[in-house]
This record gives sequence, C-alpha cells and structure tokens, in this order.
Amino acid sequence: MTLTDKNKKYLLTGNEACAEAAIQAGCRFYYGYPITPQNEILTHMAIRMPQAGGTSIQVESELAAINMVHGSAAAGARAMTSSSSPGISLKQEGISYLAGSELPCVIVNVQRGGPGLGDISPSQADYFQAVKGGGHGDYHTIVLAPSSVQETADLVFDAFDLADRYRNPVMILGDAQLGQMMESVVFNKKCEPNSFKKDWALTGANGKKRNIIKSFYPVRGELEKFNAKLQAKYSLIKSKEVRYEEINTENADIVIVAYGTCARICKEVLMKNKTPNIKVGLLRPITLWPYPSQIIQEISEKVRAILTVEMSAGQMVEDVRLSVSGRCPVHFYGRTGGGIPSPKEIIRKITEIISVKEEITSAT
Amino acid sequence: MSEKVILAGLGGQGMMLLGRLIAQAVMLEGKNVTFFPSYGTEVRGGTAYYHLTVSDEEIFSPVIEEADALIMMNFPSYLKFKDLLKPDSMLFINSSMIDKIDNETNIDVFRIPATKIANDIGNVVASNMVMLGAYNQVKNLVSIPIFLSCLKNVLKGRKEPFFEVNKLAIERGADFIKNF
Repeated sequence: MTLTDKNKKYLLTGNEACAEAAIQAGCRFYYGYPITPQNEILTHMAIRMPQAGGTSIQVESELAAINMVHGSAAAGARAMTSSSSPGISLKQEGISYLAGSELPCVIVNVQRGGPGLGDISPSQADYFQAVKGGGHGDYHTIVLAPSSVQETADLVFDAFDLADRYRNPVMILGDAQLGQMMESVVFNKKCEPNSFKKDWALTGANGKKRNIIKSFYPVRGELEKFNAKLQAKYSLIKSKEVRYEEINTENADIVIVAYGTCARICKEVLMKNKTPNIKVGLLRPITLWPYPSQIIQEISEKVRAILTVEMSAGQMVEDVRLSVSGRCPVHFYGRTGGGIPSPKEIIRKITEIISVKEEITSAT
Repeated sequence: MSEKVILAGLGGQGMMLLGRLIAQAVMLEGKNVTFFPSYGTEVRGGTAYYHLTVSDEEIFSPVIEEADALIMMNFPSYLKFKDLLKPDSMLFINSSMIDKIDNETNIDVFRIPATKIANDIGNVVASNMVMLGAYNQVKNLVSIPIFLSCLKNVLKGRKEPFFEVNKLAIERGADFIKNF
C-alpha cells in the first residue's frame, strides 16, 4: 500500500491516517504494544515503516516502547509510540523522563473507557492525565485534539514540528471513535525534519564537545534552575501555540465548549439549526494544553451560559470554569464508560439551561 | 444530498466489505463520507454493524441517530436497529433470513431474498452484493462502474475469480427491484 501521492484522497481509519502521517512527517522509529482500539497504528507501521527505511518494533511492553522512544529521540531522530488509555498509564514514568530530558517525541493516545481495564469504547476520560502531567514533576506535554481523520493526519505532522521546535513531548489525544472510523484524507502537508537543528543530540563526540541528555540534577539549586528554564519554555508555548476553532459565537445565547468527537456531535446541533429559538455557538479547543483560556474568558463576558460536553464525568469543564472565573454560569453534560452523547441529548440539555434561566429572569 | 444508512448482519455476511466499498466509491465521486464500523468485542455469530454517512456537505456527527435507510441481513440486526428509522425512510431486509417484521406504516419496506438469490447464482457469500444492487436501484447513491472498479481492486490476485459472481449479484439485486 503506497499512500504518498500528495493530491490523492485516501479512505482510511483515523489510526491508519495517524501512522501514515507520522511516516510522511519523517518519523523513522516507532515502538508499540498492541491494545484495542489503536492496533491499526501498529499494523500500518509494521507494513509501511520498512518501506520508508525506518524501524517499527512491536516491543514486549508499553514501558519498553516509551523508553525506546527516549533512546531514539536522544539520538536526534523523530520517534513515536502509541497506545490506548491503560497502556498510556503505563507510559507515564517514561513521559515524565522525556519531559525532564527535554526530548522531542510524539505519543498517541486513542482513548478508551476507564478506569482500570475499562472497555474498548470511545472515551475522553484521560483529559486530566494528558493536560495536567500524568507523571511526576512539574512538566507539560503539548496536547493536540483532532476531530476528524483529516485533522488527525494534519496534527500528527504539526506534532513532530512542535516537538522539535520546543524540545518537548507532544501528545495526540484521540478516541476510539476517531481511531476506528474511516474518512477521506489527503496527505498534503510539507515535512522538513532537517529544518530543526539538533546540536544537543547524542550523535557521537568524535572531534566535538560531548552532549549529555539527563533529567537528574542532584546538586542543590541546579534542579530549581532547570525547572525555571522549563517553566519559561512552557510560558512561551502558552503565548504562541494556542489553537481553537470558533463557530457562531457572535451573538450566541449559549456557547458549547467541546473537543474531538464530542465537538463534531455538538457541531451537528449548531450547523443543522436544531434549536431554532436559541442561538448556539461552539468553541472547539484544538490544543488542550496550552488551553484556549483567553478566548473562553472573552466569550463568557458575552453569553448567557456556557455548556461543556465531554465523554467523561467532567474533566475539561474544570479548565472552562477556571477560564470563566464566574463571569457566566458553566454547565456540564457528559457520558462515561463508552457512552457517546447524541445531538438529541445535547439539545435537551441546552433547552433545559435556557428555559430555567428564563424562569428565573421572569420571576425577578 | 445527504444519506445516513446503517448496514448490519451476521459477522461474515460481508457488511464491512460492502460498506467500505460504498464509502470508497462515493468518495471517488467527490462526496464526503464517514464510515464507522463496530469493532472489537463482537462475538462469533453476533451482529456486526456499520454507520455510513454520505453528504455533499461537511459531515458532523459520525453516529447515526435517525437513519434514512437500513440494510439488514438477519433478524437480530433488524431488532437492534429498527427503532432508528425515521418517518418516510427505507428498510431493506434480507427476507431469506428475516421473515417477520413490525407492521410499518410510514416506512418503505423492500423484502429482498438476498441469500436465496446469491445461492441461485452459485455463491451464497455474494448476498451482500445482491443487497447493494437492490438498494442502489432505489437510491442511486453510488455509480456502479466506480463501485466495480473498487471491488476489482479488493479482489486482486487469488480472489479474482470471484469478481464475476459479485457483479452478477449486483445485477440480480437491481433486477429484483425492477420487478418488485
């Protein structure tokens, strides 16, 4: 299977598109351990990576995978691993070490239901883990949340660039729905992995100063200095890399904040005008870290209410509430354990919020 | 135009292949398409089901809440999805394997003996293509020549001898509707 024609449309699952985009973005080292619903990434890598002259290994565990990424990244290569929720939990120690060693890499989480072994249905319950630093220490991964197969491919290209630009791990946070569904996709992003100079990489010290990659600072004061440097980097990322999609937020009565699969379902409510008497807008965060707090704050000053919709018991809603800081009511609608919110449920919730508010207004 | 169709049947009745080929064919015609297969923990003999949305415009929710059409290959599938039919929609059933259905008043029902037709032309496995022929004769969603070229791609090599019987199955399905 060759998918390298830049102008051609291919019908692929989100997982296949993710793997193919990584290869086309210059990723030459992939390490994975099987888990549903992301196995197509592993399969596609096994077929395509050798054709591209790279290395794809089905390793013995998630820990091996993330630490092999550490090795490849330290040597300056573009490297990736992928898994689904329980497997991503296992990788957390490795992710903390990658962040602490400032190593660029891409980690894909095709989320499934939890906690524990959970099930294999779509979920967004790993939000906290992804954006608040699932491992130990003061660190952040850049978190990108696609909502279609095409956007999955596009964001994988961007993820490798962002990782190299900031020497930081980047996570693609998808879900089982996005990973399994098929849509048309065009691979037309440019890839210039060599435009990032990696003079820090471990490429041999023959005739030059040796490089050291580490996350261990035992001398008193050194670690605090290193943390200050990390925090300065995170501030820069926050100021430059926030991404979101905004639809019909002008003059909206209520704005929905949702990402990934949930955002698509909410879009159906807006675009098909299913609430004729209520003006609904949508703010879809594309970066979950850094979070689009500023725009949500601006929206909260103009609307009657904000509704957050997630496939979780309420995780991103905490960041929405922080951004809004009490300027307007923030409501939540969520489904858990593989449940997917339907447009009907969202319409019911919106009508409930707006009519309750009307009763209060008319009573006073 | 926009068409939301759910395809379902026994694992092995070819609904995955059929849905994927329809998706590919309509994509090549320039339409937007989202094809969401069921996956994973289905048991042997259980229902395999697929949500297929085709539209000239952007497709939002990939999950079908109200279907324009159902293509149902066996009775458990019909039971599972019958409530998702919206008024004035269409129900295509494989009447070789579904004999009793609810008394539908505002739904067009097409009873196609797909398994029998496929068996008569020599390959019971082609019942999925009989259903496509019938469905497309009514809906005209896909261009059959494009569909056949997609099918030919899938049947490359060892499976090439099966192309003709699949093609014939599509024709027989269409003929069945013409004489309905």
